[in-house]
Amino acid sequence: MSSIVPDILKYAKTHEWVKVEGDIATIGITDHAQAELTELVFVELPAIGRKLKFGEACAVVESVKTASDIYSPITGEVIEINEELADNPGAVNIDAYNDGWFFKVRIADSNDMEGLMSAGEYNDLIGS
Amino acid sequence: MANQLKRTALFDRHVELGGRMVPFGGWEMPVQYSSIKDEHLAVRQHAGVFDICHMGEFLVEGPSARNFLNSILSNDVQKLNPGQGQYTLMCQKNGGVIDDLYLYCLQHDSFLLIVNASRLEEDWQWVSNQKEKLTSNMGRIDLDNKSDSLGAIAIQGPSVRSWIDDCFSIEDPRVTEQDISKLQKNQIGTYLFDSKKVWIGVTGYTGEDGFEIIAPNEIIPEIWDSLLAKGHIGCLQPAGLGARDTLRTEMCYPLYGHELTTETTPLEAGLGYFVDLNGDDFIGKQALIDQKSKGLTKKLIAFRMTGRSAPPRPEYKVLSSEGKDIGTVSSGTSSPSLSAGIGMAFVDAEHAKIGNLIEIEIRGRSFPAEIVKKPIYRKH
Repeated sequence: MSSIVPDILKYAKTHEWVKVEGDIATIGITDHAQAELTELVFVELPAIGRKLKFGEACAVVESVKTASDIYSPITGEVIEINEELADNPGAVNIDAYNDGWFFKVRIADSNDMEGLMSAGEYNDLIGS
Repeated sequence: MANQLKRTALFDRHVELGGRMVPFGGWEMPVQYSSIKDEHLAVRQHAGVFDICHMGEFLVEGPSARNFLNSILSNDVQKLNPGQGQYTLMCQKNGGVIDDLYLYCLQHDSFLLIVNASRLEEDWQWVSNQKEKLTSNMGRIDLDNKSDSLGAIAIQGPSVRSWIDDCFSIEDPRVTEQDISKLQKNQIGTYLFDSKKVWIGVTGYTGEDGFEIIAPNEIIPEIWDSLLAKGHIGCLQPAGLGARDTLRTEMCYPLYGHELTTETTPLEAGLGYFVDLNGDDFIGKQALIDQKSKGLTKKLIAFRMTGRSAPPRPEYKVLSSEGKDIGTVSSGTSSPSLSAGIGMAFVDAEHAKIGNLIEIEIRGRSFPAEIVKKPIYRKH
């Protein structure tokens, strides 16, 4: 079972993806991560305005079986969250890279991007 | 867990079916194949098949087997005629639960015990020790741990009774054997699969109608294949431990290590119905009589989240509506049938009333829930 890994995104080794547009980063979890977590029944997102540090646990995803932490791949302030996930956490399973996005941050430290992986590197990590 | 995980006779079948394998009670078991929700709803609406080979089987036989079992188990063994079974508990002297199990009477002096995988070693040691202690003034008792040679498969769901007779044959139609589909709840019979003897009992852990098939490990894979082939008309699908857990939680069936421990009595866990305090003595009886007369300080309750929240999980704190710490969640999940957070919790007896509003603390925040009647899920 191979996972989708879009070339245009950057990836954290904790299985989050990052899309950068100017100084705004959109963050979600990868297709590989959603498949490993199995169908989600609940997503808890950070509050708007919260200042996140790189690697900080900032969201929680829950399947029927377990709760798992999601870590911020970027240092910055949360400016928007995907409110739709409250009613429809399954969107993450269906479309992890579009409807299933988690939150947006204003990037505080562009050096964070250096620590992220390319699609090719992420593919190697998950062995797909 | 230092030991390597054990594999059941069905391991290869699970891998072929895309089962996600996880450790459970020392075994490598499938937690799900398609998805927990999907498998859960299949069992509620049609049928599911579960590998339960990890469970233990003890045979207890001999002229004193009945009296011996009655002296170590909480339910009344004297009630059992050949072909009947009962849910029962094995307690320490202080009333704490060693295990919960199924006891089947095969013949007047021959019994089959089905015990939890996670408790198998403790159970076997306890039963063997009690035999040494108690039987000096009893007749012969033969104990045989058949767990390595016997396996078991559960089929559960509303469709199973309509096709199970196609999978097995009656041992000897001239004797009083009956069709499997005519067996009543808690009955057990001997049937044939490919001319080999198997036991089939009417029980389960899901709240649905269903059967558990106990057979030698050598023929377990063929039985599994046959069930999946013949059960196709009843929309049978394989179901994993994940669905088994959500199904039993909806029914408020206890799981050892969660609702039952050596620190918990059957009365606290709400299982008084399976404890015969008026009959013969059994280990733990006096402690339970004393506890009953003094009154319980903690009780197992069922609850349902009333608003939107993350699913409740074991170990989460339970608060009264005034914010007082009143107990701990023992099992909790997101109910696939109800699409709501549900669970069980031990709470101070004074707060254990059905209808009471409580709160569950989830990652530092409190979310409202209501104490509800067991089972949490009911068929319409």
